[in-house]
Amino acid sequence: MAVEEKEMPWVGRSVKRKEDDRFVRGGGNYLDDIRLANMLHMAILRSPFAHARIESIDTSAAEAVEGVVAVVTGELLAEHKLAWMPTLSGDTQAVLATDKVRFQGQEVACVVATDPYVAHDALELIDVEYEPLPVVVDPKKAVEDGAPIIRDDKEDQKDNRIYHWEAGDKESTDRAFSEADVVVELDTHYPRSHPAPLECCGCIADVNPATSKTMIYMTSQAPHAIRTVFALVTGLPEQNIQIISPDIGGGFGNKVPVYPGYVVATAASLLIGQPVKWIEDRTGNLASTGFARDFHMHGELALKQDGTMLGLRVGMLSDQGYAYADAQPSKFKAGLFHVVTGSYDMPAAHVVTDGAYTNKAPGGVAYRCSFRITEASFLIERLVQNAAYELGMEPVELRRRNFVRPEQFPYTSVTGFVYDSGEYAKALDVALEKSGYEQLRAEQERLRAEGRLLGIGVASFTEAVGAGPSRDYDILGIKMFDSAELRIHPTGKAILKLGVKSQGQGHETTFAQIVAGELGIPPEDVTVQEGDTDNTPYGLGTYASRSTPTGGAATAVVARKLRDKAKQIAAHTLEVSADDLEWEGDRFYVKGAPEQAATIQDIAFAAYTNHPQGMEAGLEGVTYYDPPNLTYPFGTYVVAVEVDAQTGEWKVRKVVAVDDCGVRINPMIVEGQIMGGLTEGFAMSAMQQITFDEDGNCMGSNFIDYLLPTAWETPTFELHATVTPSPHHPIGAKGVGESATVGSPAAFANAVVDALAHLGVRNIDMPLTSGKVWEAMQQARSS
Amino acid sequence: MENKTISVTVNGGSKASEVEPRRLLVHWIREALGLTGTHVGCDTSSCGACTVLLDGTPVKSCTMFAVQADGREVTTVEGLQQGGKLHPVQEGFKEEHGLQCGFCTPGMMLLGAALLEENPDPSEEDVRWAISGNLCRCTGYQNIVKSVQWAARKAASEQSGVNA
Repeated sequence: MAVEEKEMPWVGRSVKRKEDDRFVRGGGNYLDDIRLANMLHMAILRSPFAHARIESIDTSAAEAVEGVVAVVTGELLAEHKLAWMPTLSGDTQAVLATDKVRFQGQEVACVVATDPYVAHDALELIDVEYEPLPVVVDPKKAVEDGAPIIRDDKEDQKDNRIYHWEAGDKESTDRAFSEADVVVELDTHYPRSHPAPLECCGCIADVNPATSKTMIYMTSQAPHAIRTVFALVTGLPEQNIQIISPDIGGGFGNKVPVYPGYVVATAASLLIGQPVKWIEDRTGNLASTGFARDFHMHGELALKQDGTMLGLRVGMLSDQGYAYADAQPSKFKAGLFHVVTGSYDMPAAHVVTDGAYTNKAPGGVAYRCSFRITEASFLIERLVQNAAYELGMEPVELRRRNFVRPEQFPYTSVTGFVYDSGEYAKALDVALEKSGYEQLRAEQERLRAEGRLLGIGVASFTEAVGAGPSRDYDILGIKMFDSAELRIHPTGKAILKLGVKSQGQGHETTFAQIVAGELGIPPEDVTVQEGDTDNTPYGLGTYASRSTPTGGAATAVVARKLRDKAKQIAAHTLEVSADDLEWEGDRFYVKGAPEQAATIQDIAFAAYTNHPQGMEAGLEGVTYYDPPNLTYPFGTYVVAVEVDAQTGEWKVRKVVAVDDCGVRINPMIVEGQIMGGLTEGFAMSAMQQITFDEDGNCMGSNFIDYLLPTAWETPTFELHATVTPSPHHPIGAKGVGESATVGSPAAFANAVVDALAHLGVRNIDMPLTSGKVWEAMQQARSS
Repeated sequence: MENKTISVTVNGGSKASEVEPRRLLVHWIREALGLTGTHVGCDTSSCGACTVLLDGTPVKSCTMFAVQADGREVTTVEGLQQGGKLHPVQEGFKEEHGLQCGFCTPGMMLLGAALLEENPDPSEEDVRWAISGNLCRCTGYQNIVKSVQWAARKAASEQSGVNA
């Protein structure tokens, strides 16, 4: 076994993670672990009201507390033109409220003190007088005429509408529907959720009064982009701003945006002249930072009687909270939601999306998905199952009949995506076989006769990840390329510097393996550095499953550049023509004389000690990789659940996941990503939801009210793979960190609905709590 | 309230300091002792990132005041390895990819270590139950379970090695 493993190529090998050594020793370096000399601590006062006018703020009692250094209000920030800041989707958001508060939990004032306990004590003494205003919590009501206007701070904003964006073609879709034998409709709400990484957000701002150098340690998935935003917001020269993302305790999209705490801590450090640390508490995290989902969706699928899909119509209203604060490519207002035709060869589609302001926290981040693809995948996979019921067809056969076929790739979808590669039926077949699908169906039949409810749900998802090609993808105008800088030192060891930033995805291992695969330098000899804007090349960061498609590609490309140079050096040291050299694993050898060889380590040494005259010394390079296309991972998930016919409780019997993410660089890490994603898919289908009462009180602002699955509820997963390489990625890989979060919610929901399908149940909105399932059963039985 | 002087055996060494009575144990461990492997993930004793062993029993150190640990023994993640050698649970987490971001990992490993003290051969269900008071957002728990079971096998083989 050990020998086999050793002989395997570096790409494709389950190398144990290099980063684990420090983590298992408690030696991770997370934001809160960093302490600077003379560091002060900041705490945030939040609004108890969802919508209110601020009449007055009295900070005198707080300022009088021993140990309090400053109390910062919106008024003070306004003097420095910092009361508002841009969001990554081009809207604005208050740093600290000046005129009004617009959601419960909004940042109103900050205390800076010598001790965090003292800062929190002082918060209690700030006296804010509010005049409550009418609250809008329902986005459907928010867009009605006469609704209170939430963003009256914006001159041109005359209602609560944010955007209207369409994809596909209305006319051809209408025609398809007029020719349909069957139309199935589904109204569903993909509930508001929160990524809830286990580490909350935070920063330490350290503005040096002597040099004006601004160092900000920050829990950021995108430190370079944030640096640019900071330069634009504060007017500080960008070269004087250094952002360092240390080890991050999970991100899942929550740590992409700029948050008020970052800005206030920086302003406070600038004004006070000492480092200021802000560590968010969990309530602050859940109540104010990037939530996810909250799409109200209407879908219609038109089919022929034989199951051929003719067209898809989708209407979607997004509840954005009081600011449009996604991190969305500027061209696509609802992200990549228009990939909603999924894995199917859909002749026509029309997607209409609208965004609405409500009195809720800003956000709409893509929680472990590529710009709103989770919602799209959920809708189409739920529709397909219902269409199968309507047609009396087996749901997997309806899928198979309509899949984009292998020979159709590259496949241009009617909403404008160019799918790179896929073998959808193959993944489906593996999933059916491994799950014992036919036996499950037979068992379902048997159990129904006994009054027991077994449900089998399938989802055959396709994602579009790896933003992105610069012609289409940017954040606030910054193109979504990514970068890699590789420096091979004289002793043949290397450092790889990347513009992306791991939050647990294993970059230190995976990207070292890419270098190893290209150059033969073992992964243990390649240090991967990320997250320090002064010491890594510019990149857009890690989210939307983009690191391997962009940063991974950049790594392969820069390594190949250095290999080309290495060849010239080898020709020089071996005294042959470069044309006579062949590369193998970790060396160039002379064709026909393999004993005459120079290893990459030999060449690296020569690059600094004996390089050819006329050639630049050294073996270093940098690449900015602009992907020609997104990558399109896919797969099929099968979930079997048993629903208690009396109580509506459901238990997962089986989860079989077949993922195709192209070439797997480190299968162990890939499977880890998939298991984590399946858990979050299960969580969304079963329990995770942030709700609000009619006064806009957030009902899920701590881990007692906002349920997350523990090891006890979480099912066991069975994973399988098919491999269809991406034709345009340098090593054939696709993104995978989010596939399971995207694909699996529909599989879980389909399974529960399937258990009740014979009763006529066609929809239960997520989370499918036992109460909702019970109600659906009662309703079905009484009708 | 006046500060109190406490003396706690932490990872085998005696640590004494003056502490505010309201100071949580987790903050004392992190700030007074500089042992930052113990993390804070919530404010409601829900997540268990702050788990330490108190006289060998797992507790959430955000649920206790530091003064309540006076005279007792605390083990943090930094105390799991002995003489530079990793605890089998630490090795298990590396071997079975039991961690991703690493933030819950110290708490999970301490739960695993405490479980193995009581039950050297835990079933999957035993492990799931033992760690169910803590949250992980990355791994989906399956590999954490495998990591603890890997450690159980490793400990057993070391034990039999010693006996043989």
